[in-house]
Amino acid sequence: MSEWIMVCLLEEIPRLGSRVVHSGKGEIAVFRNGSDEVFALMDKCPHKGGPLSQGIVFDRKVTCPLHGWTVQLDSGEAVAPDCGCTRRYRVRVDKGEVHINLS
Amino acid sequence: MKKPSLVVIGNGMAGVRTLEELLKLAPDLYDITVFGAEPHGNYNRILLSPVLAGEMTIKDIMLNDVDWYAQNGITLHLNKKVTQIDRVRRKVIADDGTEAAYDRLLFATGSNPVMLPVPGRDLPGVVSYRDIKDTDEMIEAAAYYRHAVVIGGGLLGLEAANGLKLRGMDVTVVHLMPWLMERQLDRTAANLLQKSLEAKGLKFLLEKQTAELLPAQIPPSPPFAKGGAMEATDVTIPTFEKGGARGDLRVGAIRFKDGTEIPADLVVMAVGIRPNTELAEAAGLHCERGVAVNDTMQTYDPRIYAVGECVSHRGTAYGLVAPLFEQAKVCANHLAQFGISRYTGSTTSTKLKVTGIDLFSAGDFTGGEGAEEIVLSDPSGGVYKKLVVKGDKIVGSVLYGDTADGSWYFQLLRDGQNIRELRDRLLFGQNHLGNAGHQGQNRAESMPDSMEVCGCNGVCKGTIVKAIKEKGLFTLNDVRKHTKASASCGSCTGLVEQILASTLGGAYAPTPAEKPVCTCTEHTHAEVRKSIRQHKLLTIPEVMRFMEWGTPDGCASCRPALNYYLVATWPHEAQDDPRSRHINERAHANIQKLGDYSVVPRMWGGVTSPDQLRRIADVADKYQIPAMKITGGQRIALAGVKKEDLPKVWADLDMPSGYAYGKSLRSVKTCVGNAFCRFGTQDTLGMGIALEKAFWGMWAPHKVKFGISGCPRNCSEAAIKDIGVIGVESGWEIYVAGNGGTKTEIAQFLVKVKTQEEVMEYAGAFMELYRQEGYYLERTAQWLQRIGLDFVKRHVVDDAKNRGELYRQLLDALEARKDPWQERTQEGAERQEFRVLEILEEVPA
Repeated sequence: MSEWIMVCLLEEIPRLGSRVVHSGKGEIAVFRNGSDEVFALMDKCPHKGGPLSQGIVFDRKVTCPLHGWTVQLDSGEAVAPDCGCTRRYRVRVDKGEVHINLS
Repeated sequence: MKKPSLVVIGNGMAGVRTLEELLKLAPDLYDITVFGAEPHGNYNRILLSPVLAGEMTIKDIMLNDVDWYAQNGITLHLNKKVTQIDRVRRKVIADDGTEAAYDRLLFATGSNPVMLPVPGRDLPGVVSYRDIKDTDEMIEAAAYYRHAVVIGGGLLGLEAANGLKLRGMDVTVVHLMPWLMERQLDRTAANLLQKSLEAKGLKFLLEKQTAELLPAQIPPSPPFAKGGAMEATDVTIPTFEKGGARGDLRVGAIRFKDGTEIPADLVVMAVGIRPNTELAEAAGLHCERGVAVNDTMQTYDPRIYAVGECVSHRGTAYGLVAPLFEQAKVCANHLAQFGISRYTGSTTSTKLKVTGIDLFSAGDFTGGEGAEEIVLSDPSGGVYKKLVVKGDKIVGSVLYGDTADGSWYFQLLRDGQNIRELRDRLLFGQNHLGNAGHQGQNRAESMPDSMEVCGCNGVCKGTIVKAIKEKGLFTLNDVRKHTKASASCGSCTGLVEQILASTLGGAYAPTPAEKPVCTCTEHTHAEVRKSIRQHKLLTIPEVMRFMEWGTPDGCASCRPALNYYLVATWPHEAQDDPRSRHINERAHANIQKLGDYSVVPRMWGGVTSPDQLRRIADVADKYQIPAMKITGGQRIALAGVKKEDLPKVWADLDMPSGYAYGKSLRSVKTCVGNAFCRFGTQDTLGMGIALEKAFWGMWAPHKVKFGISGCPRNCSEAAIKDIGVIGVESGWEIYVAGNGGTKTEIAQFLVKVKTQEEVMEYAGAFMELYRQEGYYLERTAQWLQRIGLDFVKRHVVDDAKNRGELYRQLLDALEARKDPWQERTQEGAERQEFRVLEILEEVPA
């Protein structure tokens, strides 16, 4: 059974920005892109663990602020030629509320 | 809906490069079909010489194997030569009857070697030097025969001769002209080259015209090397079958116009190439020397494009790889329907790929009217360097023996840079310009593979060379993407370029001077700035729409640049976009490796007080800040602050932001000056504080640091600051564009003035000029190198009115500035940045 938890309202995440959620599983970055799609990733770059939440968001990607790796928001995978993956969480927007599923 | 189809005729470097560029821009736009007359995937034709010389194998030089085509959904017809184009029904037909319909057609048929129209040219054993098949034939022949004659003493001929010599043949190069490589070299350099090739055992016959190729006397000619009874015709491969009237007799000798003869079991014709336009002409396309194309690489039939050696662009047909790649890029842009790119021709350079011989040639080395030559000649040392200069610009260069500075001269040539000030040191190379930076000229080749090239990313030479070879990389950008070498601080860029050049030989394409902002656009920084100014663009989406950006919301490279250009050009009207700033400038603190931040409060002119120090100490205690550090800019850094704590830390500090994180004015470093120092001549503390209070909070293309010294002993290191002010008895000397960082640059003397007010005005005007003209992420030193000190003097020193205007513009831009820390300690939207969302409890499984 899946557990959906509301974390915030969509409007509380700036467009092309993110918010950080503290959870029992560590910090989770919740992103909102230019088309109001929402994504959630473990807030650790596959390169050296940089906080992806603090990166610049574009398209369906975010660039890590530490060394400039770009990570795909919809899969958590680093954009080639870099190689690596960060954990992705399911997320949905319902009546303007952002829900996340940590299972 | 069915996708439109794109058919490519020619599976060589130009055609496939165009496809690669196209797939990057628009991966799913077309159904793509490629016809290749050769039975191979796409390979690096330029590296056939090392293959012939036995230094590389065919496998080493493959760029795209057959799998690549499959992976990208491209239909590949190998071994099929297109023989007919039906432009009315829009289809192509190959020699085996295969047909393919097209909506867009790309011609990349390359060129054909020129075969001299002499009797005997069809004899077995007479080959050209163009593709893998030719190379294989030459390698085979070298195993069985002794005498090789290469007709043509140009680049290709010499590389062929060298390869055959290394394979044990007795090689004579026959050349019609009085000296070798006459299109790239002057006589002196050519003589040096000939001498060292002779030392390798090659023979030369100059000013000899070939009259006839004669068949061997005794058929079949006896193999001398191995294989005993093997017949000469056994080693010949299909094309040889057309031996013609003379039956199966192999070539045996060459006769010249003057009646002399020499033995020749293998004749390589390397007298030139001719664009392959046969098919295009048959299809009724307008051809000149090659298939005529316009600046968008379109032929006279707008559905048909052409790139590569088969093309004639503005009357020029190119036979080198760098221009082909530039054409490929432009062509791909139009095929992808972006329509914003133009090819305007290329300046080319040449390198000879013969191991142990360093030769470089670029531009017009004969000069002509009004040209002067700067020459260094050391015949017994085997070094010759000639630069041809016209109107203070390099127009051509020939280097022999020491080519380390070839790419530098080529860059100066292509940029049309004024070399007046470098002139006396120019020939001694870039390392003699008095900068201590580690650009790495001349080091690449002698470096062991294990030596680290890029200190930032820990990349060794071997890793770079491997990536270049295995992944088929050609440009600095490719290498940066794949290996990260020189992708961070960039100080090893020169070295990486050297490695590229030495690994690729002639295939190396130096990075163009004016690069696009990033891969989202074709436009350069200069073009973007101009549009923002001219069309009064005020937001990033506006710029992207207006300039037809290729991506919906840019990327982490272009957005910060655009944001800077907007706020610098329209300080009161453009809206600053925090989402397009690096986190440091958004959080107004410096992100650290563990994701926490460092905080550096401003201490005007490096001057502090017991009260300030007490507050800093209290803050450090209260927030359990793990480290405190005195910075190089005479301030105190609090390192390891959690992001959530930043607003509270700032509030408790109650000091302004030091902008230690920003592309902005950072520290103003001072000595104590005449307030205390027995040598001090001026009030440096007052000067430093005045400058810092005037210009803090100013956004710039990159960070900016000032240094103010009270005497020429220069305790504040003013000579390596963006602006250095040095007090002397009679006033102040102002120096600009120094840098103590990645690459040490000594600041250059701008002007000497009398009063503090004058220092403020000159410094302000210089800063504003940099803000308006500098490209994003370009430090003042690089900027000055690009535009020249003369430019700055004209605007800031010579023209008082302009100086006043620049200064006024800077003050005007700074009018509305607010201290970012103070702003953020108050409640408001900005604080959202620092709040973590509610904590979730452990989720039950």
